[in-house]
Amino acid sequence: MAQIELKDVGLSYFTLKQETEALRDINLSIGQGEFISIVGPSGCGKSTLLSLISGMLKPTQGKILIDGHEVSGVSPKVGYMLQHDHLFEWRDVLSNLLVGAEIRKMDRGKAKRKAMDLLERYGLGDFAYHGPSQLSGGMRQRVALIRTLVAEPDILLLDEPFSALDYQTRLTLSEEVFQIMKDQGKTAVLVTHDLSEAISMADRVMVMSQRPSTISSVYDIRFDEGDDLSPWKKREAGRYKIYFNAIWKELEEHVVPSV
Amino acid sequence: MSSPLYDNYLKVQRRRLRLIALSRISLLVLFLMLWELAAKWKWIDSMLTSKPSLLLSSFRELAFEGSLLRHTWISGLETLVGIVISMLLGTAIAVLFWWSTFASNVLEPYIVVLNALPKVALGPIFYIWLGDRYSIYGMAVAISIIVTIIMVESGFREISRTKLKLMESFGATRFQMLRMVLLPASVPHFIATLKVNVGLTLVGVVMGEFLSSKAGLGYLIIYGGQVFQMNLVMVSIMMLALLSVILYGFVNVLERFARKKYNYEA
Repeated sequence: MAQIELKDVGLSYFTLKQETEALRDINLSIGQGEFISIVGPSGCGKSTLLSLISGMLKPTQGKILIDGHEVSGVSPKVGYMLQHDHLFEWRDVLSNLLVGAEIRKMDRGKAKRKAMDLLERYGLGDFAYHGPSQLSGGMRQRVALIRTLVAEPDILLLDEPFSALDYQTRLTLSEEVFQIMKDQGKTAVLVTHDLSEAISMADRVMVMSQRPSTISSVYDIRFDEGDDLSPWKKREAGRYKIYFNAIWKELEEHVVPSV
Repeated sequence: MSSPLYDNYLKVQRRRLRLIALSRISLLVLFLMLWELAAKWKWIDSMLTSKPSLLLSSFRELAFEGSLLRHTWISGLETLVGIVISMLLGTAIAVLFWWSTFASNVLEPYIVVLNALPKVALGPIFYIWLGDRYSIYGMAVAISIIVTIIMVESGFREISRTKLKLMESFGATRFQMLRMVLLPASVPHFIATLKVNVGLTLVGVVMGEFLSSKAGLGYLIIYGGQVFQMNLVMVSIMMLALLSVILYGFVNVLERFARKKYNYEA
């Protein structure tokens, strides 16, 4: 059974001046442990889709199911990772990691052990008691990911988590995040602008159209070289270029020419 | 270890700092000397302007046998209480505005009008409603609370919405957002507000004492003016300056402590 299911989901924003239809007729089902990327022109409502899955927004049409239950409000099964790390400067790294656990009133001792364990495993063990300002951008984003993991979600929503980083950090980190996801067996939905990131990390890439957006196509990413390639290897694999060009071309058709 | 060029740089910087400190002190000394000599040589009438030596002797007199220190203490205490009340009440109201957009929208024009209204005009009302003692607190709070609300609220607004979105993604309640993000993130704003409030509350206290009280530095100043005792007026003003320096220093200590605890840059 699919873990996440969207059935005829639509969303409209209302202001006093007008009504804006952001999403229309989204149908999608995502299996346990799957990694999905969503790409699309700017302002097409990719992030909105994540907010819907997380339960922070309610769809105006259709329904969203997680493990067969309709989403109502924020679910502890879902973890959300944002573009910026938003670490709290007034807390050290460890107590930043415990923010989610604290909000959900989870067992503090257990959460702390888990946080320390993850810090250790992902190479930040020495920084537990440092302030966030003492970390580099890549380290901060890794801490943000661990903060999400400490709250023990089954599903991770990644909203352009690498876009604020420099190119080199971005490549390394996307490699690491991919490994962490596989390692922890989490389902992941990644929103990104970066096509090569989308293709190299995901099992499926979804392309969204201009507003009112809908899913215009879905690409199954399969390589002849094998199924368990790392993002780095995928970038070098034979079919990578073919996927890239096909998606690129499709995206170009969605973008209204400005000239 | 360090290069001679760097040593030289440090030396120049240190000399500059010393020069600034020295100039500050000499400016004061020069001013007092000029004042003293001008009074002595009858360039000015010391009946109207008093003079430093006279101030010193009347300070000694007032401090040791009079009640100058008691009056200073009273004014200081009133200011402290006023600051605490307006910080707590102002923050509570700012939180209410954040909590309920409806309340904030409804009350906004009233806040704007109250901010522009000269609070001194409320003096007689406070006097009649609160009596001669508590009207001073009324005045002190009236002058500083509106600014507190506005500053704390704008601090809340500066906190990035995505930090709250992060909290929301973990399913945080509004109270948790307040406790875990809004209040700790606003510490720099609280300190800035406190700095402004030290000055404003002191204005309120002196104003209140002018209008009604039987004690405090504001009372001494008015009284000194009425009996044409310029020494008393000047000494009281000096004590007022001293009081504001002490309160300001207090806030600075608090700031250093908060900066260490909450780990923020100035």
